[in-house]
Amino acid sequence: MMSEIQGSNSPMVLRRVTGADGIPRVIVEGNCTLTALGERIRPIAAELSEYATAPELRWDLTQIARMDDAGAVLLWRGWGNQRPRYLFVRPEHERLFDRLEETWTPPSEATPDRLWPIMVLGKAVFLLWEHLVGLVILMGQLVLEIKYLAGHPSRIPWREISANLYRTGAQALGITALVGFLIGVVLSYLSSRQLQIFGAHIFIVNILGISVIRELGPMLAAILVAGRSGSSMTAQLGVMRVTEELDALTVMGIPHSLRLILPKVIALGLAMPLVVLWTSAVALIGGMTVAEFQLGLGYKFFLSRLPDAVAVSNLWLGLGKGIVCGMAIALISCHFGLRIKSNTESLGEGTTNSVVTSITVVIIIDAIFAVIFSDVGLR
Amino acid sequence: MPKNNCIIEVEGLYTQFGNHVVHENIGLCVQRGEVLTLVGGSGSGKTALMRQMLGLETPAQGTVKVFGEPLRDRNRQQIQNMRNRCGVLFQKGALFSALSVYDNIALPMRELRTLDEEMIRDLVMLKLEMVEIAPVHANKMPAELSGGMIKRIALARAMALNPELLFLDEPTAGLDPELSEGFVSLIKTMQSELTFTIIMATHDLDTLVALSDRVAVLADKRLVALGTVREVINTKHAFISNFFCGVRGRKTLENNSIL
Ligand SMILES: Nc1ncnc2c1ncn2[C@@H]1O[C@H](COP(=O)(O)OP(=O)(O)OP(=O)(O)O)[C@@H](O)[C@H]1O
Ligand SMILES: [Mg+2]
Repeated sequence: MMSEIQGSNSPMVLRRVTGADGIPRVIVEGNCTLTALGERIRPIAAELSEYATAPELRWDLTQIARMDDAGAVLLWRGWGNQRPRYLFVRPEHERLFDRLEETWTPPSEATPDRLWPIMVLGKAVFLLWEHLVGLVILMGQLVLEIKYLAGHPSRIPWREISANLYRTGAQALGITALVGFLIGVVLSYLSSRQLQIFGAHIFIVNILGISVIRELGPMLAAILVAGRSGSSMTAQLGVMRVTEELDALTVMGIPHSLRLILPKVIALGLAMPLVVLWTSAVALIGGMTVAEFQLGLGYKFFLSRLPDAVAVSNLWLGLGKGIVCGMAIALISCHFGLRIKSNTESLGEGTTNSVVTSITVVIIIDAIFAVIFSDVGLR
Repeated sequence: MPKNNCIIEVEGLYTQFGNHVVHENIGLCVQRGEVLTLVGGSGSGKTALMRQMLGLETPAQGTVKVFGEPLRDRNRQQIQNMRNRCGVLFQKGALFSALSVYDNIALPMRELRTLDEEMIRDLVMLKLEMVEIAPVHANKMPAELSGGMIKRIALARAMALNPELLFLDEPTAGLDPELSEGFVSLIKTMQSELTFTIIMATHDLDTLVALSDRVAVLADKRLVALGTVREVINTKHAFISNFFCGVRGRKTLENNSIL
């Protein structure tokens, strides 16, 4: 059936004949349609432009069975974007050429830009500035919303906060526990091998305690949450932009910053220290398990040594990092989410940028904490 | 050659989403070269029927044959050939939001891999002119267009390869009356030059009367009437009498001297 249809689509052919009067003419026959032409477009185009060099040639298109605009464009291009001097064509096909004559404009030439390296650099700087300004504005808006909520406590979006708390906190427990446990195991194993050489078994408590509680726990949790919850927040806001849901909220008089962004920032600010605590605890458990097998230090001994080895201020520092990182992740994700334009490509790009930026910012925050609190909790 | 001249054959079609039955035992044959209009209330399954014909949905029971062969057992090349011969205008346009207007229309042409970029440019400009979109809009993104413009550009994209089988889901919804008329005359002229088969869902009586060769009425999950406009309005059914013989329907039919 299929081949049969294609068979009836006899493609276009050009025939050059010299009439009785000695005038050369080109007769075009067959189907000048896109489907009928198929792969033959290129050879026919070459043939056409060859004929078109002779201006005295008579073009006879009256034998064409069917012609669509692709066929017309093919002929038109062959003639060098103009009508040949002698053209015989049926009225229904005439219309196509009329339309081409009306609409055809020479393509505009793109001028090469020599200044592009400077332009690219300048744009990057402006973009960075734009992001900074955007983030400051967003934070300012949130402060205003909090001030408003202080006056109208009944407007506090409890339901959204609790939903976000569940999604970013409770649902992240599994993955953070897995990663935390494995890191604890690896760290403990490698350290205990080194300590055995010096016979300093007991210091495994100091090494694990300080590194996990002060650094690794908060950082692991923050990076995992940035990848997990940050991307979902950006994507959610982005899809709402693409489907015009954000606009629908606006016309209902529901401000985005109050109902979408503030709950996310508060929820992540609350959930992150808890996730940090959980990750650190599981990592320590992992470390303790290995210490028992590798060095023969029991749980009880480990736990009783821990308060002496690690000052409690380290724990507060870890939790503080958690709060700051959590709020920063939520702010950055929402900022990128709101900047997404209504197309799918921007959605993908925005989500990537959001995660990359959040992770970078988390590490920068960690560095800042390290500098500011360099003499807190370390002996 | 099949015994009849059906370009699409639907037999005993049942469509079901979960427990929700949309179609019950639908049988339909779309003749080559005709304009078949699907009408029915909102949610009666017009779009669902078109999706079945396009192979985007699999029937719970029954068969759908397009170009004489069932959609399922075909290899990649055959499916590609079939797709190149079909053009679809989706109800919501379904323009690629990451591509400009120009690239949206050029995409199917580029996929053919036989046309060079200059020819594609001329063809795209012709298509834009055909749907009355000024060339200045060619570089806009779909998010920057009006609703009616999205419809017209989606139509231009559906017709990019001059397909022999055209599916139009509500082609005139969201267009002003003048543009609707432009659409009708566009389809008419194109049909006079090439043989098109069009399957169209519409609520617009003017377009329906002006273009349809036959009308299929979907109601109560079934095909309650199938025939020319004259035949269909003489069928006794609550939906038909509401749709065609209400105040507005009557006026349209009288204007077109059918009543
Ligand atoms: N993917 C889906 N999942 C579940 N139900 C669906 C799905 N697609 C369609 N439906 C249901 O099938 C029914 C028919 O839908 P369809 O979109 O075909 O209606 P329609 O006739 O095109 O209506 P309209 O004129 O409003 O466009 C509706 O009740 C709809 O809820
Ligand atoms: Mg529909």
